[in-house]
Amino acid sequence: MKNVKMLLAGTVAALALAGGTAHAERGTDGDLKILFWQAVSTLNPFLSAGTKEVLASSIVIEPLARTDEKGELTPWLASEIPTVENGGVAKDLLSMTWKLKPDVKWSDGTAFTAEDVIFTWKYCTTPDGGCAQRAQYEGVKNVEAVDPHTVRITFEEPKPYPYSAFVGPQSPVIQAAQFKDCLGTKAPGCTAANFGPIGTGAFMVTDFKPNDVITYKANPNYRDAAKPAFASITLKGGGDAASAARAVLETGEYDYAWNAQVEPEVLETMMAAGKGRLEISFGTQTERINLNWTNPDPALGAKRSTTEAGPHPALKDPAVRRALSLAIDRDIIVEAGYGKSGKPTCNIVPAPAAVASTKNDSWCLKQDLEAANKLLDDAGWVKGGDGIRAKDGVKLNFLYSTSTNSVRQATQELVKAMWAEIGVGAELRNASASVFFGGDPASPDTFQKFYSDVIMYTNNFDGTDPEKYLAEWLCDKMPGPANGWQGQNIPRYCNPEFDKLVGTLSKTADLEKRAELSKQLNDMLTEEGAHIPLVHRGDQSSFSVTLEGVKMNSWDSQVWNIADWSRKK
Amino acid sequence: MFTYTLRRLFFAIPTLLVISFVIFALLDLAPNDPTGDLPLTIPPEVREQIRASLGLDQPFLIRYMKWLQQFFINEPLNIFESLTGWQFGDGERMRVLSWATRSPVVDLIVQRLPQTLWVVGLAYLFGILIAIPIGVISAYKQYSIFDQIGTFISMVGYSVPTFFTGVLLIVIFSSYLQWFPSVYDTNLRVTDFASFMAQMKQMVMPVAVLALYNASQITRFVRASMLDNLHQDYVRTARAKGVKERAVLLVHVLRNSLIPVVTVIALGVPTIFSGAIITEQIFRVNGLGQLLITAVQGADMPLVQTLTFIFAVLIVLFNLIADVLYGILDPRIRYD
Repeated sequence: MKNVKMLLAGTVAALALAGGTAHAERGTDGDLKILFWQAVSTLNPFLSAGTKEVLASSIVIEPLARTDEKGELTPWLASEIPTVENGGVAKDLLSMTWKLKPDVKWSDGTAFTAEDVIFTWKYCTTPDGGCAQRAQYEGVKNVEAVDPHTVRITFEEPKPYPYSAFVGPQSPVIQAAQFKDCLGTKAPGCTAANFGPIGTGAFMVTDFKPNDVITYKANPNYRDAAKPAFASITLKGGGDAASAARAVLETGEYDYAWNAQVEPEVLETMMAAGKGRLEISFGTQTERINLNWTNPDPALGAKRSTTEAGPHPALKDPAVRRALSLAIDRDIIVEAGYGKSGKPTCNIVPAPAAVASTKNDSWCLKQDLEAANKLLDDAGWVKGGDGIRAKDGVKLNFLYSTSTNSVRQATQELVKAMWAEIGVGAELRNASASVFFGGDPASPDTFQKFYSDVIMYTNNFDGTDPEKYLAEWLCDKMPGPANGWQGQNIPRYCNPEFDKLVGTLSKTADLEKRAELSKQLNDMLTEEGAHIPLVHRGDQSSFSVTLEGVKMNSWDSQVWNIADWSRKK
Repeated sequence: MFTYTLRRLFFAIPTLLVISFVIFALLDLAPNDPTGDLPLTIPPEVREQIRASLGLDQPFLIRYMKWLQQFFINEPLNIFESLTGWQFGDGERMRVLSWATRSPVVDLIVQRLPQTLWVVGLAYLFGILIAIPIGVISAYKQYSIFDQIGTFISMVGYSVPTFFTGVLLIVIFSSYLQWFPSVYDTNLRVTDFASFMAQMKQMVMPVAVLALYNASQITRFVRASMLDNLHQDYVRTARAKGVKERAVLLVHVLRNSLIPVVTVIALGVPTIFSGAIITEQIFRVNGLGQLLITAVQGADMPLVQTLTFIFAVLIVLFNLIADVLYGILDPRIRYD
């Protein structure tokens, strides 16, 4: 028997050698050098939900399922995706069962079991822990083990789209043995575990210097004996986006620089050195201008920008909202600020293709100054001596705010010039991103307060299902003093029809019907002018020309398939 | 002198307490938020829970008192414990935790100190070593070509910001000539000649940028101070006595001229610890300066508070040292 085994092993080894490709052996391609211009603070994504932390930890800890580069769910630590068809999801949509891959080991050699999955849920839902990924487990009533390799999740109410808990880089499974004493308020105290989580991924952490540099090495217990091709990774952090891109594209010191958020023409000159390439993928990010449906007049004091302040004196007119959108030339904005990493869009749900609507592209995608002017003329907005339109003493002069960022300020200038052509004035303002997005109820400059007429920023949704995202425009999600200015319905849009349709979506399980409803909701928002979608933004990163196997992915972590990366020989 | 020092140290305590309160109040009033950097996909309820877990739901005064306790009692006890191996109580006490990393702030600072001292400290040292001879010669040969060039370079070094000289050096020496790396490797351990050379190579550019800046400032002080002294009566006396010119310059004039310069240098030492925020960021040296700036951007209040307070302590301390040094170097000055 032993001999047979030896023989088999020998055959496998011989086959592997005969394969002869560079990727057949683990750890043969040396060190992979990664540069993040925002340094990583911790490797526990439950304690910090920042994109950089989620990415860096996704190299080590993995979820049960991921979304691949095409936007399709792929089993990862699970052996298949549970669906209603294969019996993995109960018919009443109240529970789902994940079957875990057998023989998956943690990097310390112990077995990965259902207990770890259950523990992860407990870890994030223990009160007072401040778990940043709490929303991933929303509606989960219980997580239990059917057997050591089967996990059943039960929900509080029917869940038509149950792929949130343990799916994607935001919800990876952590090792129960390592984190068992770190529940609740004890979580931050477990520094060693937070800085070096034990994982099932292709690499394991060997050294972590917070906000500086991380070193990983190939996981000897990784489930695929031939992977990863790289022996180690050095992930350096800090600096700025332009110099990070330069270190890959121009000097070739690094293999991969995350998030090349740099003006297109600057990248062009760096690319001339021929050392690197840019990879772009599109997820769901949309740069938009939100229109304030309530009155932000400072004279209203504490009531400003709430429903109590009443509708916006100028923006309550649908003609004005439509004209503001018609006047914008999205192609110019894309060309100036985004290059290949942006596409003009009229949708707030721009992807995946199955749920992206094309209904409004005909009137909205192309600039039409004539139509915009005519709309305003017909609505009775007349140009005054200063070229600004007015009606009944209300002037079309808008305070236009956004966060501080060179691309946004350039876009503001462009939009201002475009609006000037239809007799609309704009006063530009910007606030530091940490203040603008900070949500401090005491600050007047947050996007939630919306103490201006129009506001510009980007938002997106995780994964491929827009249900939670579309629910942000519900009437009761408006920020205001009552909820401490928390709430995601920034434009203060309120339409009972919309609310009803979101309710229907949350009860619909059929994927095609869901897509249809999502499109309808998306179209309502664009047509009624809750906002003006501008640019469908992609993720753009720079890679060395010697790096192979990269599949840029906006639906999941950019390093989701790092086990397959290798060095060109 | 001794009683003077003691008195000054005693007065430093209330000063520092007031400073710590002012810093804390200012940071609290600033409209930053630790959840501001998180993706917008994190819903508001979760943000609220995160803030509560950071202790932000407590009143201002309680948070301040907690910080005082953590910084002045818990942290020193911890250091004492790790130095002596003794244990007080159960050894479990709340340390000052950074909000971004959730790890003890003091550990972060200790981890960052070597880079900063090496790069910024060395640049300061080089700056002084370059500045003194240039300042001396410039003053001695006032309005000569050497003086003109020296003045020009120091004006350039002083007025051109480091974010320009830094990027310029990267473009020339990293992108074009490819002599030096543009990214500082904090993992590099000097174990043999090759790694020593690698360390030298990666330090050249940041040290050069900072040394130029430091030297420019100090040269001006040395030159001005030398000029003051060169026209003093005692110089004329020395020359009349037939003392060699070399001795007049280096023994009589230089020593007297260095008195105010030493003060300036001592006052500048705290800036080594506060790091060179911009230069560290450009070359990714990731020392204390970069730690401070990322903490400010991420609204990591405990880290900003602790770092700025440590800088305040250093400034107060080196002011005292400068005063004491002045008294030691200049016999005309007596504090008692």
